[in-house]
Amino acid sequence: MSDDHSPLSTLFFSFAFLSLFTIGGVNAALPEIQRQVVHVHGWMTDQRFADLFAIAQAAPGPNIIVVTLVGWEVAGIPGALLSTVAMFVPTSVAAYIVGHFWHRFRLARWRIAIQAGITPITVGLVAASAFLLARSVDTNVVAVLITVASAVALTATRVHPLVFLATGAAIGAAGFV
Amino acid sequence: MSSPADVVETKPSLLDLFLAFAGIAVMGFGGVLPWARRMLVERRRWLTADEFAEVLSLGQFLPGGNIINVAVVVGGRLGGPFGSVATVLGLMAAPTIIVILAGALYLRYRHLPSVHGALSGMAAAAVGLIISMGVKMLQPFITKRALVPLLFVSLTFVAVGLFRVPLPLAVLVLAPLGVAAAWRGLA
Repeated sequence: MSDDHSPLSTLFFSFAFLSLFTIGGVNAALPEIQRQVVHVHGWMTDQRFADLFAIAQAAPGPNIIVVTLVGWEVAGIPGALLSTVAMFVPTSVAAYIVGHFWHRFRLARWRIAIQAGITPITVGLVAASAFLLARSVDTNVVAVLITVASAVALTATRVHPLVFLATGAAIGAAGFV
Repeated sequence: MSSPADVVETKPSLLDLFLAFAGIAVMGFGGVLPWARRMLVERRRWLTADEFAEVLSLGQFLPGGNIINVAVVVGGRLGGPFGSVATVLGLMAAPTIIVILAGALYLRYRHLPSVHGALSGMAAAAVGLIISMGVKMLQPFITKRALVPLLFVSLTFVAVGLFRVPLPLAVLVLAPLGVAAAWRGLA
């Protein structure tokens, strides 16, 4: 269907639509983004997506810049900018509106129910995302060990995440992954 | 600035807002939220610790990037719509440029086996980062033995993780159910 259109408009509308469901942040939506760009639109391989995911996690700033890289891979700089805008503008408008009245209703039952009801779903989404990404990325024993080691260490210690990303990169560059 | 405990009263300029969030973004390699807290609560004193916690929990359950939502809400409270534009631009400008430069390097060198290996190793570590994020989000529910929320965590995990229900569908079905259950639980 989208073959007749420029990938720019497809990129824009896919990400703008998807952004509205990224409760729990973009990390919770990574498998869905992967499904869209790899399996629905065929823009890249799983391997390429995993590479972009790794670069985005190591880069400074908000996690949504993974879509900047995806857009760039698909349609160059215009794709990068358009995907980024699609990913944060709709949700930012929503956050602006909600942010305005949220504080005023902080004791209202409906507001407490909304927050209490949605938060567990964000946790489930992050867990599902972690599981699916692990299945996609951890294709050999060394990769599994890197994932497990960094998960345990990051949960139990306050060591900076970049230490683990750099260690994983070093092990991979040496040819073990 | 002299009162040690309270929030600063004078409204920051748009440039202040832009620079504060640009600083948060650039310092926040591998996680911006601790830096956001340090900048907004401790250095600039635009928010109290409680206000920051409230804005953060709002940013986390709304759709969109957590820190972007925090930027929108803080910018809006301190400077109206233009305040939000300033904070979000501040947050996005440098990372977008940096990641495009990183992408350009990747394009140039990705055929090298060592680059390929390094990224595979980094991706494996990055998955560990997301696992640990999930564990930390889950912990409060487990310590409180909050059974209904844990049920919704599990339902969501099974639907999306095991049955690969598309994200929009999962959210549209599970979010109203979760809110309804929470509403009844509050009665």
